[in-house]
Amino acid sequence: MQIYVCIKHVPDSAANISIIGKNSIDENVNFLLNPYDEHALTEAARIKNNLPGTEVIAVCLGKADAEKTLRSALAMGADRGILIAKEKNYDSRVTALALKAAIEHDGKPGLIFTGKESIDEGGMQTMFRIGALFDFPVATNVVKLDIEADRAVVVCELSGGITHTYEMSLPCVMGTGRGLNTPRYPTFPDVVKSKKKPVQKIAFTDLNIKASLAGMRVIELKPLYQARQPKEIKGDATVVAKELIRILKQEAKVL
Amino acid sequence: MKNIGVIIELDKGRVKEANLGMITLARAKDVKLFAFVLDKQAISVKAVLESFGITTIVEICLAKDQQNNPATRAKAMINAIKKFNISMVFGLCTAMGKDFLPRMAALLDAPLVMDCFFVDLEQKTARTYQYSGKIIATIQLSGQTLLFGIRPNAIEPVKAQEKARILKFDSSHVFAGGLRVLKSGGAEKSTAINLAEADVIIAGGRGMKNSENFNILFQCASKINAAVGASRVAVDSGWVPYSMQVGQTGEKVSPKVYIACGISGSIQHFAGMKTSGMIIAINTDENASILSNCDYYVKKDALEIIPVLTRILDNG
Repeated sequence: MQIYVCIKHVPDSAANISIIGKNSIDENVNFLLNPYDEHALTEAARIKNNLPGTEVIAVCLGKADAEKTLRSALAMGADRGILIAKEKNYDSRVTALALKAAIEHDGKPGLIFTGKESIDEGGMQTMFRIGALFDFPVATNVVKLDIEADRAVVVCELSGGITHTYEMSLPCVMGTGRGLNTPRYPTFPDVVKSKKKPVQKIAFTDLNIKASLAGMRVIELKPLYQARQPKEIKGDATVVAKELIRILKQEAKVL
Repeated sequence: MKNIGVIIELDKGRVKEANLGMITLARAKDVKLFAFVLDKQAISVKAVLESFGITTIVEICLAKDQQNNPATRAKAMINAIKKFNISMVFGLCTAMGKDFLPRMAALLDAPLVMDCFFVDLEQKTARTYQYSGKIIATIQLSGQTLLFGIRPNAIEPVKAQEKARILKFDSSHVFAGGLRVLKSGGAEKSTAINLAEADVIIAGGRGMKNSENFNILFQCASKINAAVGASRVAVDSGWVPYSMQVGQTGEKVSPKVYIACGISGSIQHFAGMKTSGMIIAINTDENASILSNCDYYVKKDALEIIPVLTRILDNG
């Protein structure tokens, strides 16, 4: 079986994001593998362990420096990588079209993984768009997964600990959530090996993605300023507790 | 005249509070507001919906065994959108919405912005947070049908009385292949208030020290009608389940009040709660970064303050 793991090269969540012009960010910050994608890679490696003959392919739509993130994916267990090299950023609709075209061109997917969302733009939809394009069933925020001969049984988490268990036919697409596994971070030998694994580069423009009227375009980015003016509440526990109750009642009006 | 649709999320047959802000946002001059109810209870929610400006309630009737199948629900909803010529669709960006709205957008090949806290109906733009909540992005949507996932609690509900008619839309023949629901439910604390939709959240971090101390927060929460959250440290230490985590890789919340107990306030934690109306921090560490980025702070141990707070609330 071939497992395709779609990964994203995203700015580190601790990075300072500054805005250039009206609608772009300064990309001269540390980029890394989207944290949710780590669960996807770890799960793919686990399945490969149980199913000999499985090949894990990491696919990334990114600018040239995304190769670094693709190498991290290879160090985490992917056998090879595909970099769809882009010059500018695209919305999740075009991203899904590009990923689908690259996967279809490369092989026969038995499973497709993505993270349940990216930490930069957080669109939460690419997995569904890939699924619709292939006509494969989709589940997101997958926290447990069993692959059987002809089906996948997945547990998806809703908030408050409520879960849904779905049975899906194969092939299928899954957006991985944090509860699925503990990412296996690469050892030094893994990193050395990853440098020798093949990464194929395709130009986005060679995929012939057709232009469409439907889409999403970022027209403006603005920093979110926090105008909070912290005030200290002093006194012993009773004084503090009474003041908190007053604040909740009179200022926040939630009591 | 534009037709705009809102997908109503019910909880045990009642209209969830978060729907009302969403309806308020979708309302405008020259707009016909449709509410879509997928749980066969349109009559029971008619009064609430029409008091917020809904003029048509569409009851989507699904086959019994398909009612909680998100793929079937998405298919049925798309049929309804086409039938009633809906050009903009609003849904809640809740756990349910995250498994439903993107399915619709994918099947329609239509644009969707999730986690919006504002939508400009004229300009067809939506505002959302990006880059761990550090940036506000304005996104232009284009296409025949536009979809918006609205962050719960982001918009203050305002009433606007109308009279609504109920239409039934039979979708009992709709069936999604490939995905079958085997089981749903299994909540660890099903009575707990949903984090994303709570007005007040009381959350604990490293300063809670262990799992048992979280009971102090649960006791207080039951008095002030709050949900209980946690920082990543508390989750990774195994004190509370992951479903309680607030932050970059947990739940993103916008309550009216966020009470942080023994939470230092990392960038990743702020990514999940910085849009709270009011932040109250209780922390013994005077160097904790949360103390410089909140509305009120107490430099004391939450384990000492919260039980006193609960006791005073108990005694009226």
